[in-house]
Amino acid sequence: MEHHTHAAVIEGHNLHDHAHAHDHHEHHQTFVQKYVFSMDHKVISRQFLITAVVMAVLAMVMSIIFRLQLAWPGEKFAFIETLMGKKWGKDGILDPNAYLALITIHGTIMVFFVLTGGLSGTFANLLIPYQIGARDMASGFLNMLSYWFFFASSIVMVSSLFIEDGPASAGWTIYPPLSALPEAIPGSKLGMTMWLISMALFVVSSLLGGLNYIITIINLRTKGMKMTRLPLTMWALLITAILGVLSFPVLFSAVLLLIFDRSMGTSFYLSDIYIGGRPMEQVGGSPILFEHLFWFLGHPEVYIVLLPALGITSEIIATNSRKPIFGYRAMIGSMLAIGFLSFIVWGHHMFMTGMNPFLGSVFVFTTLLIAIPSAVKAFNYITTLWKGNIQYTPAMLFSIGLVSSFITGGVTGIILADSTLDITIHDTYFVVAHFHIVMGLSAIFGMFAGVYHWFPKMFLRMMNKKLGYLHFWVTFIGAYGVFFPQHFLGMAGVPRRYYTNSNFPLFDNQIDINEFCTYMAIFAAFGQTIFLINFFYSIFRGEKAPQNPWNSNTLEWTSPMAHVHGNWPGALPEVHRWPYDYSKPGHEHDFVPQTVPLGPDEHDGGEH
Amino acid sequence: MTLLYILAFVLLCIALNQLFRVFELSRDLRGEQLYKTHDSDNRFNGRGMLLFMFAFFAFFLWQIDSYYYRILPKSASEHGYKIDALLNANYALVVLVFFVVNGFLFFFAWKYHGTKDRKAEYILHNNKLEMLWTTVPAIALAFIIIFGLKYWNEIMKRNNDPNPLKIELYAKQFDWTARYAGKDDQFGIDDYMQINGGNPVGLDTNDIRCNDDILVKNEFHLPVNKEIVFSFRSRDIIHSAFMPHFRAQMNCVPGQITSFRFKPVITTAEMRKDPHVQRNINEINAIRAKKGEDPIEFDYLVLCNKICGASHYNMQMKIVVESEADYNAWLAKQKTFKAIAQK
Repeated sequence: MEHHTHAAVIEGHNLHDHAHAHDHHEHHQTFVQKYVFSMDHKVISRQFLITAVVMAVLAMVMSIIFRLQLAWPGEKFAFIETLMGKKWGKDGILDPNAYLALITIHGTIMVFFVLTGGLSGTFANLLIPYQIGARDMASGFLNMLSYWFFFASSIVMVSSLFIEDGPASAGWTIYPPLSALPEAIPGSKLGMTMWLISMALFVVSSLLGGLNYIITIINLRTKGMKMTRLPLTMWALLITAILGVLSFPVLFSAVLLLIFDRSMGTSFYLSDIYIGGRPMEQVGGSPILFEHLFWFLGHPEVYIVLLPALGITSEIIATNSRKPIFGYRAMIGSMLAIGFLSFIVWGHHMFMTGMNPFLGSVFVFTTLLIAIPSAVKAFNYITTLWKGNIQYTPAMLFSIGLVSSFITGGVTGIILADSTLDITIHDTYFVVAHFHIVMGLSAIFGMFAGVYHWFPKMFLRMMNKKLGYLHFWVTFIGAYGVFFPQHFLGMAGVPRRYYTNSNFPLFDNQIDINEFCTYMAIFAAFGQTIFLINFFYSIFRGEKAPQNPWNSNTLEWTSPMAHVHGNWPGALPEVHRWPYDYSKPGHEHDFVPQTVPLGPDEHDGGEH
Repeated sequence: MTLLYILAFVLLCIALNQLFRVFELSRDLRGEQLYKTHDSDNRFNGRGMLLFMFAFFAFFLWQIDSYYYRILPKSASEHGYKIDALLNANYALVVLVFFVVNGFLFFFAWKYHGTKDRKAEYILHNNKLEMLWTTVPAIALAFIIIFGLKYWNEIMKRNNDPNPLKIELYAKQFDWTARYAGKDDQFGIDDYMQINGGNPVGLDTNDIRCNDDILVKNEFHLPVNKEIVFSFRSRDIIHSAFMPHFRAQMNCVPGQITSFRFKPVITTAEMRKDPHVQRNINEINAIRAKKGEDPIEFDYLVLCNKICGASHYNMQMKIVVESEADYNAWLAKQKTFKAIAQK
């Protein structure tokens, strides 16, 4: 293994210096080398994206099924039986265990497969070599492995849907003992084992990818590309990768200990349990240990999901406002602060576990601190729009959508972070509304923005603009429509993860809110089919992309609109300025690419 | 018939394909770049942003107006008043921030929509502005943190009342058992190895303090205006005792004993007369009448609030808050552990 790694690094190095030698190589590549086990970052990014799109469709269909159950409990939907079979959807009514399985896998797929693997995998791979001016990733081989581990992980996760007892169903946070005891829930039989295997593979993929991203950004920047000239996408992806490398191993250890508890009779997480008509031998473990380990990854994970989206929108908002990003250094500083703080706030998920109230207070303090850099970011986005000349591409619409959901979902975080208030709203729909808006919507809007913006670099064609507009407006209205009313459910004390909220009289009258959310979910899902049609149609038949369709400054738009091995046919471009010289006085056009040398009296914007 | 469907589908695909071809051909012939944003696009979407803002804000206000009575009624516990006061202050603050910041965003998105004849201003940063929006949130957060932690410490403090009533809530898939300490005012120790049909919560039969412990299911009673210390245990997996009307919640963790204390201050009978509660219950009963179900009355509940399996959504127990005299009369009728075990 080490030997291969070494060879791959050397190969990357060669690429850097001898692009011509490699052009020659290209002719010998077979179909499998070029499109399947490819080491080219451009192909790998497309592989990540397509896999993520497939997974996202799966997760979306799941959400529609359980939303139908929440809005019309007991109603018969014939297609549910067709889709889920007699065991899980008898007579078209969703089984309670199947409901829990669906929410679990929906969460797992969205958080890990779409918004971690999909978002970071796609855009780190596509953008890092392009935007820093490198021939490829530091190690193409590890990069290839990163995708194929991700693929294997996806296959294991999806296969678990088809086994007899169903997939994991202990919620995406898989708290033991529920996830450790097959007697407690059918999903904790083989389904949970597969979930754990899938996650272990996922961690490997994430680490291989993350190490590669860090090394590439630090080592392979082209001449003149100082850290203060990096586009904010690069900063975001760098910090994301560091968070991933530091936190995913902790998830791995949590998963490993759970595997031991499940199959080898250890008791890391188990103690004093009586289940299935007998007491268990395991004594002395603590389920709370798992929660600590899980959230030590789990909270940075929120920012692993969010930061790439914020980076993408920083770039898109500056480009399409035709204005420099406001407070470039403050943006970097706030991302660093968020990244650092994200490691010392995990306990805010656990205020109600019986943890020492003093420890709780510490987590309240650190958590609320995160609001400051987050506020700085939101204000900087808004001020970037101020006095701009906004070009409404579909990517720009989604970026503004992200800023809005970041604000709307962010402010409710202030309430949840306060342990006193958490007592009454912990684990209610208020939480569901909060994290779906701040993390789910923001990250997915960022991902859409990135797809619309960099589609020409990925597939050399343009997506249809009008369909993009339609997609945005349907999604924006639909998504807020689904999640915003759920705040009110939470304020009424409705717990999350309930198969039905109206089985007992207390919440009977909340059913109209649930119906509204479900109608909106179906409406939003309709919007996503517009995207899918546009996406796949444009891959094959979209209009041909010009060199620099958005008049952008960053380096990827200087490489030819063709998939050239090594990205630039001749020498690598040299960088002379920061990436945000939009509408700079004294220049003819409203953009000045990074490759244009500074004039005699000109200052570099990034130096301020 | 199936063949006909397939045929129709194939024909539709061919027709669509031809249609797209025509569209693509004309696009390429005219050489217009469809991806380009024109001033008309910018105007359209800019207005869309402003319109969305008004619609969004109106939707929010409409929801507040239609749902305010559905949110939890006034707190039935003493400490809950503090939580509610803090919660309301926080709501006021975040709703204000929500309106102002979203307002700026959508307003700028409309105001600065692009036109051909204009150039954006080259603005890098502004130290004064940045100082302002770093320090203002910091000061606001300082207040939130100070008040939050002050109340948190008061609520979680361990010795408010020297002589509180002790109640244990015992969770298992999928029901609750409440345990009272009995005459000796002491809980006996527990031993999960001794769990069986006659000893459902796993008490140690060798500990005589257990004998007078009282075990109840389906509903349990609390005396009003008396400090109550809850301890929580679980037999199998993590559950969470959520008593929303008392603003109380605590996880029940197997192998551990967790606790929470509060003082109920409103009896069930009094709460049923609350106009806020009545409006809610009337609405629920109207729905039930339509379905042909009996009307209900308001009750306090303890709900399970941590995913625990198939019947998680149905794991609940009724709580009755009443006068001390009524409570004592009720308690006297309940069975002790000894009586249950001897059966």
